[in-house]
Amino acid sequence: MELQPVDNLPEGFTRGLNSDETSEEYFLNMGPQHPSTHGVLRLVLKLDGENVLEVVPHLGYVHRGIEKLAESQTYLQNIHLTDRLDYLSSHFNNLGYCLAMEQALDIGVPERGEYIRVMVCELQRIQSHLLWWGVTGMDLGAISTFLYGFKEREMITDIFEEICGARLTMNFFRPGGSFADVPDTFIPRVKKVIERMHVALDEYNTLLTDNIIFRERTRAIGILSREKALSYGCSGGVLRASGVSYDVRRNDPYSIYDRFDFGIPVGSVGGCFDRYRMKMEEMPQSLRILEQAVKDFPEGPYRSKEQSAYRLPQGSYYSQVETARGLLGTYIVAEGGAKPYRVKFRSPSFSNLSTLCEMAVGHKIADLVTILATLDFVVPDIDR
Amino acid sequence: MNQLPTEKIFPVHNSIGDLVRHLLPGSAEYVNGFLTIASLLLVVALLPVFLIWLERKVAAHFQARLGPMRVGYHGLLQSTADGLKLIFKEVLVPEGADRFVFFLAPILPASATFLVMTILPFDHHLQVADPAGGVLFALGISGLSILGILLAGWSSNNKYSLLGAMRSGAQMVSFEISLALIMLLIVMVTGTASLREIVLSQQGTILDWWIFKLPFLGFIAFMMYMISSTAELNRAPFDISEAESELTGGFATEYSGISFAMFFFAEFVNMFVSAGLAATFFLGGFLAPQFGIGPIDAAFDFIPGFVWFFCKTFLVIFLYMWFRWTFPRLRIDQLMYLEWKMLLPANLVLLMGAGFFLAMGWTL
Repeated sequence: MELQPVDNLPEGFTRGLNSDETSEEYFLNMGPQHPSTHGVLRLVLKLDGENVLEVVPHLGYVHRGIEKLAESQTYLQNIHLTDRLDYLSSHFNNLGYCLAMEQALDIGVPERGEYIRVMVCELQRIQSHLLWWGVTGMDLGAISTFLYGFKEREMITDIFEEICGARLTMNFFRPGGSFADVPDTFIPRVKKVIERMHVALDEYNTLLTDNIIFRERTRAIGILSREKALSYGCSGGVLRASGVSYDVRRNDPYSIYDRFDFGIPVGSVGGCFDRYRMKMEEMPQSLRILEQAVKDFPEGPYRSKEQSAYRLPQGSYYSQVETARGLLGTYIVAEGGAKPYRVKFRSPSFSNLSTLCEMAVGHKIADLVTILATLDFVVPDIDR
Repeated sequence: MNQLPTEKIFPVHNSIGDLVRHLLPGSAEYVNGFLTIASLLLVVALLPVFLIWLERKVAAHFQARLGPMRVGYHGLLQSTADGLKLIFKEVLVPEGADRFVFFLAPILPASATFLVMTILPFDHHLQVADPAGGVLFALGISGLSILGILLAGWSSNNKYSLLGAMRSGAQMVSFEISLALIMLLIVMVTGTASLREIVLSQQGTILDWWIFKLPFLGFIAFMMYMISSTAELNRAPFDISEAESELTGGFATEYSGISFAMFFFAEFVNMFVSAGLAATFFLGGFLAPQFGIGPIDAAFDFIPGFVWFFCKTFLVIFLYMWFRWTFPRLRIDQLMYLEWKMLLPANLVLLMGAGFFLAMGWTL
């Protein structure tokens, strides 16, 4: 077997193509503009016909230098930057950053403020999962799911628009609560969402989950063992699908999650269908939290005393939250000034994506797309 | 009626043909021939425009939205506008493409579908030609569209196109077999391969249509025809050769402008042809549905045959669209498994079963 000269290879590959006459090996560039790489992820594949031999992801196509930018803005100004990490979880990103600041300044949050946080976050989790569900269906060729997912997602997006004026980059939470109280229509609208979602989830399961083609497409594809998932630092649905019951809301509760009664779905095999199931089962659990929160939603102040400028005392502060995709860590190093010395985000999508090569090798191109879909990453969260 | 040899090729025995024969007795055969081809061309040109609009509307209503609404009444002129736009767009040829083959490829599927249209029995005497081996003709000609797709994939100098073409080649060659076997079943039970004769063999009530006439087997055969023709048409859930979420555009990735439109048009006319064949084989073609109830039968009989043909064809087309907007896509190996390990054996069993039924005289 002859190998191509090594200097002629695409970046990231060490072994050349098999140049036997019968060999069907070739390199294929997938992305950054490709319908199912969800944004601007670029993959370089080494294929043998349809079979994937090697995958090398190339990152950085939406790198905006958010962490560096955060060093030249005040603490309060940085909240809006976090919106742009994982744009489908901007409430979670805001919350993670605010929690770190609250920890530094020892700011408490009033009861109503905590309830608002939990409810808004759970709504966002459902919203993000709905989009993911639609896109997963579309990646597998069932285009209608995309529009169904958006139908209910729109109800939640409308709620967000009403409470903070934005539909995507929320910039809603502040240290000590949120920048505004929720309007009177909030609770009735949440109730309507809960009611509708119970019906919708049944429909979705009938349409996609129980479809035989979908089952066959996801069965025994992209299996990630428990050990591999742990060693790659996976979190969220990807980790739980591999049989590890870890959810920040349960294992390291923040805000008032310890008061709610909800389950953590755990998978067994760690394949694509398990990862799919995790997300689908998380939605009813979020609805459970919402139902409890709606029942006990208190009156009172929504934010503790507001400050015009925040100066974090010297030291380093860390907070973590469970976003729709997994564990988001926010690490702030402060020097006592009005601006942080360094801000570092630990994004779930990055660690989850790094398992791709582990899972995709040996499968077909179509399976690679399935694996990408069930990994559920957001590229701006990886590049930052 | 003195039949000239050419009139066997264009047997226009309807009122228009008779009128032409009456007015121009000398050159009737040429005028009639010209009229037939011209009207067929018109149908082939207008059908995809309507079908694309229908597809978009059906998809939209499946997805709880309205679809095109702006151009014309409920967007009826939308696909005309899109077609015009495509005609005026620049046709880009990728670097390193085989130019001749690149431009030849889209013509093949378009002409193949046109050729199959010539043998579709639209009405009693509304059929360009009725060759004795019509079924074989349909099967043979439809193979040309595979060639077009393969050439497109090869000449584009794009790996995605090539992958799409290879998938499509494997897929269509396999599913052609079960399609042929189902057609063979119909030929076996009717004893003729002429499409007109196949329709005429279903005269009587709707229970005489082949879908009902062979107890159980007819319905199973119809379902298998639907599955294999969907695969043959490269439509979802078997659209692996296009598979936009995997291969961006599949074999058509590098095509733009009018060459892309040709593929697109061929795809939709092909769907019509496939549905038309399904109506011919299983649903009584141009025959009006008869229920054995006097007044209703008389009323239905009053409606011209081509209306019934189009009704039945569009019913089947609706089924194709229903599949497309509901199911996820299969993977290539699952597709091959479906054909070679499930459909093909089932087909053979079905063929034997039908032979047995016929031998025992168990038709309804």
